Amino acid sequence: MKLELRNITKRFGTLTANDNISLILESGEIHSLLGENGAGKSTLMNVLYGLLQPDEGEILIDDKPVKFTGPGDAMAAGIGMVHQHFMLIPVFTVAENVVLGNEPTSKLGGLDLEKARALVKEISDRFGFEIDPDAKIQDLPVGAQQRVEIIKSLARNAKTLVLDEPTAVLTPQETDELMEIMRGLAKSGTSIIFITHKLREVQQVSNRITVIRQGKVVASPSPKATASELASLMVGREVDLNVTRTPAKVGAETLVIKDLTVLDDRQHQMVDGVSFTVRDGEVLAIAGVQGNGQTELAEAILGLRKIHSGSIKVSGRDLTKSTVREVLEAGLGYIPEDRKKDGLVGDFTIAENLMLDGSFGPPFAKGLEIDFANRDRIADQLIADFDIRTPSATTLVKQLSGGNQQKVVVARELGRELKVLVASQPTRGVDVGSIEFIHEQIIAARDSGKSVIIISTELDEVLALADRIAVMYRGKIVGIVDAKTTREKLGKMMAGISA
Amino acid sequence: MSSKKVTDVVPVEEDKASKVLREIMAGDPVRIALSVLLGFIIGAIFMVVFNADVVSSWSRFGSDPSYALSTVWWTIQDGYGALFTGSVYNIDSASFLEGIRPLTETLRFAAPLIMAGLGVALTFRVGLFNIGATGQIMMGLAGATFVSTRLHMPIIIHMLVAVLAAVICAMIWGVVVGILKARTGAHEVIVTIMLNYVATSFFTYLLREPNLLLEFNGGGTPKSDNPDDSAKLGALLGPDFNLHFGLIFAVLAVFAYWWLMERSTFGFRFKMVGHNASAARAAGIKVENTFVWALAISAAFAGLAAANQGLSVDGGLTASIEAGIGFDAITVALLGGSRAGGVVMAGLLFGAFKAGSSTMQVAGVSPEVLGVVKALIVLFIAAPPIIRAFYRLPKPSIKIVESAQKAKAAKVVK
Repeated sequence: MKLELRNITKRFGTLTANDNISLILESGEIHSLLGENGAGKSTLMNVLYGLLQPDEGEILIDDKPVKFTGPGDAMAAGIGMVHQHFMLIPVFTVAENVVLGNEPTSKLGGLDLEKARALVKEISDRFGFEIDPDAKIQDLPVGAQQRVEIIKSLARNAKTLVLDEPTAVLTPQETDELMEIMRGLAKSGTSIIFITHKLREVQQVSNRITVIRQGKVVASPSPKATASELASLMVGREVDLNVTRTPAKVGAETLVIKDLTVLDDRQHQMVDGVSFTVRDGEVLAIAGVQGNGQTELAEAILGLRKIHSGSIKVSGRDLTKSTVREVLEAGLGYIPEDRKKDGLVGDFTIAENLMLDGSFGPPFAKGLEIDFANRDRIADQLIADFDIRTPSATTLVKQLSGGNQQKVVVARELGRELKVLVASQPTRGVDVGSIEFIHEQIIAARDSGKSVIIISTELDEVLALADRIAVMYRGKIVGIVDAKTTREKLGKMMAGISA
Repeated sequence: MSSKKVTDVVPVEEDKASKVLREIMAGDPVRIALSVLLGFIIGAIFMVVFNADVVSSWSRFGSDPSYALSTVWWTIQDGYGALFTGSVYNIDSASFLEGIRPLTETLRFAAPLIMAGLGVALTFRVGLFNIGATGQIMMGLAGATFVSTRLHMPIIIHMLVAVLAAVICAMIWGVVVGILKARTGAHEVIVTIMLNYVATSFFTYLLREPNLLLEFNGGGTPKSDNPDDSAKLGALLGPDFNLHFGLIFAVLAVFAYWWLMERSTFGFRFKMVGHNASAARAAGIKVENTFVWALAISAAFAGLAAANQGLSVDGGLTASIEAGIGFDAITVALLGGSRAGGVVMAGLLFGAFKAGSSTMQVAGVSPEVLGVVKALIVLFIAAPPIIRAFYRLPKPSIKIVESAQKAKAAKVVK
């Protein structure tokens, strides 16, 4: 099947989200769609999937124009979409999930689960997915869940798969497996649109690349293009992918964590006897696949989560039983992994968000009242210092782009006196320009003598920032290694194989 | 801002119900105004359709269409005209003072609605759907009645002590809700509904007890003595008007609420918890304690409304003195968008409804039309899509602004 998007234009009010975009996908081809957040990739795919109607342009399948009024039409035409967030029911089995909405029935009209299981097994075997049709989704690792999503599309006879940021939740090994699967699918004639902002993956797997920037196709570079060429095309200017930094000048051991054990809400042991120290002037990165206890570790350090056993000390002061406020006042800064949930109040202005944890005393409060003059002065200062792109300090934070939202969080945390900075996924969902800036700020904090912990699932980020790397797997630290450790070895450690 | 870049984004993920609830509690002024307008329009339709003159004139529409149309017009004018006469200014009266009397009545009715409305509004801003004003008013009434009928003190001091008693008793009731919510996670809607029943019955029980609140030589009816004159809220404009000092308390309450929510650090933390409790927690705020504080302060406002009711009666009071204020307070808070100014406007509107209903009845228009208008307004506020559909308003979507500074930034990088 040959799929063509011809001169697609989609406008929202005054904004042109897709400006005359054309894309050709031959059968058995992997076509990477590269662009930053907000470049228009999702809009284009929603047009293709029938969720949006284009204002101009058309979709052609095998050179015949088609019209999709909804995802049903797109599916019927052989287009399958694997969303970034899986659309699976955790308590159902693989087979049940795969046939959901399209159930094979027995003669009496009941659900024919046998047929469903056979279908899953057949597809799984054909492409080497190794998926048990009877496993419950909740028991499967993320990589396997993603394969279930792919099976779901293939079971509906998808000839074209759209994979939307599929590697965001995977370990390096799982990512490699996915790449393998993608090549296998392509070989069997399935064509794939691969949406991503990760350059390495694009280089590995693409037959063709289209770079989108601000709603326009800016280039179709060859698959052999270098990472920095691709990054420059994506961002529209020269990008320095390497953070320049001097060797760490380490000082005292400011943060000391000993035998820390933390339980999650369901009383599962999520952090299991973790010990490490962070010295002034160094960055300790905690690497690991999402869900191996990093979130709980960060929350425990901040005082958000009760510590079951062990201790946390900052400059000799025991903070094991302290409240969040006491921890913050002891000089700990916290960049949460989910800024919208834990870091910002979307309906507050930038100025208000910059004083979120500062309402208890000076400079933001004067007695019982907010010191509005000080607040606005500090806000303007931080907006300038941290390059927050906004018309004014009174703009609501929810109106900012992801990168600027994150800069608000970074500005707030680094804008006050700190001893320790804990940054969880500091650049998730952030554009390349802001990533560079935030990385520079974190390194600047380190160079000014602060102890920095970076918790990140992105190996690129870990390698760019870390002086030492601690790898977490199932609540334990597999090992603490220096920053020159190879990607491959780190990948193994992330899978639990100790160094 | 020529190079403004706007993108549709998915807002913070939230289930639909809580998103709608937040939209309702946030209260967009334009939408509220349109809801009021639509409420009045449909109220007018009610008046017309159920008016005998209109019905008979329309049965002869063919022979006299202009008469049929004019009956429609006159019915609406009579009805809402009577509302105006009864609640704002009576143009038929002999003197200006006499003419302005309806307005003072509106103010008198509005005062407790505003005070209780502020209380409910405060909890809305903290993200709590508190419907416990009724119970808090009942407890406040118990306190105020006890002080005003059983204790004897000098003038003014007596009144202030009675008001304070009302406020404290109401606050205790609010704190109970707060603690139940904070400690057990009980949902405030259920807790407040149930505590409303408890408080209402408790107050009536106290009114039956000869040693507590029952009137001297009283019989089987739960009714209190008349409050001591020294405890009563004095007349504000002399004996010719019913308006009393409760209005002063209402004005003070409005300013206190405004300062609390817009200027103070307490209000900042209240709003932070209301908008995003999880971010508030990460910013060092004890969310559970904030709930308790918010419910306590909210109940204090309800206590003022209770004092207004309990200390302005002539000839003893029964539980009916609450007069549905606790429930109307929810409506007032919703209609006022939980903001000080909005609550004042909403309280005045509902006060006017109360003041004007008798003149409407005299004018031959059923005052229940106002009940319909009131309920419809809330319904429209509670279902934003109805109003959007009726007025063809666009769906609210979050726009991303990226300012012209982009050009500047590009220059810097170069």
